[in-house]
Amino acid sequence: MFDTQSVVQALAPELWLAAAALVLVLAGAIIGERFNSLSYKVCTAVLFAAAALSALHLQGGEAFNGLVKTTTFTNFTKVISYTLAAVAVFLSEGFLKRHEISRYEYPLLMVLASLGMGIILSANDLMTLYMGIETLSLSSYVLAAFHRDSARSSEAGLKYFVLGALASGILLYGASLVYGFTGTTSFNGLTEAGESVGAMFGMVLMIVGLAFKVSAAPMHVWTPDVYEGAPTPVVAFFSSAPKFASLVVFANVMFTLFGSVIDQWQLIIAIIAGLSMIVGSLGGLTQNNLKRLLAYSSIANVGYALVAVAAGQALGAPALLTFSTIYVVSSLGLFAGVLAMRRRGGMVESIQELGGLARRQPIFAIAMTMLVLSVAGLPPFGGFFGKYEILRAGVDAGLIPLTIVLVLASVVSLGYYLRLIKVMWFDEPKEAFERVDVTVLGTVIACAVIAGIVFMVFIGELGAGGWASYAAAGLNP
Amino acid sequence: MGGFPILTAMTFLPLVGAALILLVRAATAGSRGAADEGRQNRAILLASLIISAATFVLSVAAFLSFDKAQAGYQLVEHYAWYGPISYKLGVDGLSMTLILLTTFLTPICLLASWNSIDKRVTEYVVAFLVLETFMIGVFTALDLVLFYIFFEAGLIPMFLIIGIWGGKDRIYASYKFFLYTLIGSLLLLVAAIYMISSAGSADFEVLEQYAFDPSVQTWLWLAFLASFAVKLPMWPVHTWLPDAHVQAPTAGSVVLAGVLLKMGGYGMLRFSLPMFPDASAFFQPMMFALAIIAIVYTSLVAWRQTDMKKLIAYSSVAHMGFVTLGIFAFNETGIQGAIFQMLSHGLISGALFLIVGVVYDRMHTRDIAAYGGLVNKMPIYAGFFMLFTMANVGLPGTSGFIGEILTMVGSFQAATWAAVGAALGVIFSAVYMLTLYRRTVFGEVTNPKLADIKDMNRIEWICIAPLAALTILFGVAPNLIFAVTGGATERIIALMAGGQ
Repeated sequence: MFDTQSVVQALAPELWLAAAALVLVLAGAIIGERFNSLSYKVCTAVLFAAAALSALHLQGGEAFNGLVKTTTFTNFTKVISYTLAAVAVFLSEGFLKRHEISRYEYPLLMVLASLGMGIILSANDLMTLYMGIETLSLSSYVLAAFHRDSARSSEAGLKYFVLGALASGILLYGASLVYGFTGTTSFNGLTEAGESVGAMFGMVLMIVGLAFKVSAAPMHVWTPDVYEGAPTPVVAFFSSAPKFASLVVFANVMFTLFGSVIDQWQLIIAIIAGLSMIVGSLGGLTQNNLKRLLAYSSIANVGYALVAVAAGQALGAPALLTFSTIYVVSSLGLFAGVLAMRRRGGMVESIQELGGLARRQPIFAIAMTMLVLSVAGLPPFGGFFGKYEILRAGVDAGLIPLTIVLVLASVVSLGYYLRLIKVMWFDEPKEAFERVDVTVLGTVIACAVIAGIVFMVFIGELGAGGWASYAAAGLNP
Repeated sequence: MGGFPILTAMTFLPLVGAALILLVRAATAGSRGAADEGRQNRAILLASLIISAATFVLSVAAFLSFDKAQAGYQLVEHYAWYGPISYKLGVDGLSMTLILLTTFLTPICLLASWNSIDKRVTEYVVAFLVLETFMIGVFTALDLVLFYIFFEAGLIPMFLIIGIWGGKDRIYASYKFFLYTLIGSLLLLVAAIYMISSAGSADFEVLEQYAFDPSVQTWLWLAFLASFAVKLPMWPVHTWLPDAHVQAPTAGSVVLAGVLLKMGGYGMLRFSLPMFPDASAFFQPMMFALAIIAIVYTSLVAWRQTDMKKLIAYSSVAHMGFVTLGIFAFNETGIQGAIFQMLSHGLISGALFLIVGVVYDRMHTRDIAAYGGLVNKMPIYAGFFMLFTMANVGLPGTSGFIGEILTMVGSFQAATWAAVGAALGVIFSAVYMLTLYRRTVFGEVTNPKLADIKDMNRIEWICIAPLAALTILFGVAPNLIFAVTGGATERIIALMAGGQ
């Protein structure tokens, strides 16, 4: 059978998550309604434990005859993704209770989605990859539509489902072409396989499918609608943990599977990156809904991250980890900020409603400002170093035109980041927000401090030359 | 290494002070009555004044331990930070001069806000102190990325200062200021990353010794120019400046004209000349031409202004043209003159904006036509105004004269036609400044609203008098400055000669 030790070494967090999810399903079925409130705490703890397990087994290993292989590159990602997922579960309870849709299935679905993240990160075979993607996606569709009584949420879930299924189909078609022309589905075998027109065709289709999952242009169209319609805590989750995992998997597939044919795909990724940056920065300018605006900001940031992928493994992998880590922490903080904005009569989502926030809640406004500026990549905040790393990878890889696009897109996107700051600081105060959960406000402030200041001071330990380089070194086939 | 890290202390003291003020404010937020508010605002302003005064004292202490005889960087603090980037601070004569200007002007700005800022005082002083940290940081950083961080981060508090406490069209002006400067800076960043990748370090001293290929230099030089030309500002990318100045509160204008514009000239002297000598030499005629256009054209534009602040803003562009002229003369006279002109312009234009602020606080209009005959009502004010008008024109005995004459002599040695063009600007500056003075101060009081206008009060006195004293002092004894900046100037010229 299997060597238990190597399976645990490779897959400990996923085994733990799968087991915990099954137990919790049973617990929910047996205990029923009374389990609702408890389930959030339990699932938060489960996810934190999974993050700890990933950290303990950072070296990773191979298991199941090479169907699964984890490296420091993916395990580093798991630690951060599981932690963010735990925080996202933790944030959700208040919102769901107020909307009277709090059920124990919700945190369970997040655990299952996180399990899917873990599987794609551990995938060393096209079949494992697809299985993981479907686990993540199916949970995500349900989460997007979790607010059953809201038409927008149902619409978001449906849109996400239809388009996501299409993207999965394209990905699967690409994978089957790759298999058909090379005769293997294992990453190890594919790395050795030479170029062939059919396999390259399959690769392009896989890129299309993966681009959908990370919401890169031109497969980004679902993003603003889903982000706007889905419940805010769900979006906080989407935009952080799975986003990071999908980006790293995208990079992992390109670097390990098709690493030898980089000249075949570099231009494709560069075009996708450039398009994402342009769409994300221009599209956000006309938005009035905060969640839609952040969706466009997310598209643009995925574009920046893909510049690192286009730069190739040696330069791009550490840059991608550095940038994405800082970005997803900021992103979680921003959506937690949206979650914190509530007035009588429901959630506040339009940008004008932020008016005069700095007068009403100065600490909250300062934290939000730090997060916005960090995502915008302005010094002295941590986000600047993420962008700096990306730029450096791009310049060193000789992708000068792409870096110029990046610079211009940064300036354009500042148009809407500055508008947020302008509304918060310059406009006349609107009526005050209701009191928010301390947990949510705490998360906003914590994310702002971590993304803004901690990452700046300790960038030497986190970025190139520190953890990110150490993690990226695990990629070497 | 070793010893007290005075530069770090000096750079970050305002930031720490700002954090303290925020904390204290957050702690006492609950207890607020209407009568209390005025007292609290005064207390906050006083606290910020004390912090910025302490920063000034620290910078003077740094100056006292600074050895004028040495040409290189001193008081260096160096810690590893991030790969090729390190946390490295240090000063030479050039940066020391500008740091002293910064720490000197900031308390004056805060004091000038004593009566004119009455809303959101906490945010105001916090923005100002944070800005001060970033400004000092720009002049102390000896690492390219650290420099960039300070350079760029300074935009954020300034954006808030213009956008919250500015005039009618403040939002437009603050956006314009931010985006203009940012586009240039990001191009600088790409060039900086390329340089760091080639040289393997972001340390100024390494980069100064690293010989970039002449063809590459051209591109790097242009990328750096994109940033510094906007900052300085040079014609034709100066258009953000009049808007920003007109909308900014008085103190914002003072710090903008006094310090932020100097970063452009500082950058040229610190990067463009020593690091890209070939490209600098290649572009010398272009820079001369742009400088002369800036001097002559903006002087003429200034002459036609009806808004006092706009007039002084255009006059700033013209006077910063002399800085470009002096820098690109590549000789000691020109560079010394350029540094002197930066310092002198910081004092004079800062004072002129304070002068405009004095009457603006009383009348709430900057329209020149609304004034006239002020000398009858405000004799002391008229005296100060006269002094700074003359200094701005470049009358011998004021610091303005020294800066202009040296930059012109320097450029005369480099290219006669440039000096001739610049001399025209001096004439025009007399025309527009004297026109402004005549229309506001002389004549009979025509506007009935001026009937009971009061002369300068004690706070305004305290703000403007030290600037007046220094303007005359440096005008009479310019060697006080030259002794400090001489070493740095020689070093820049030596580095240029080494590269060519």
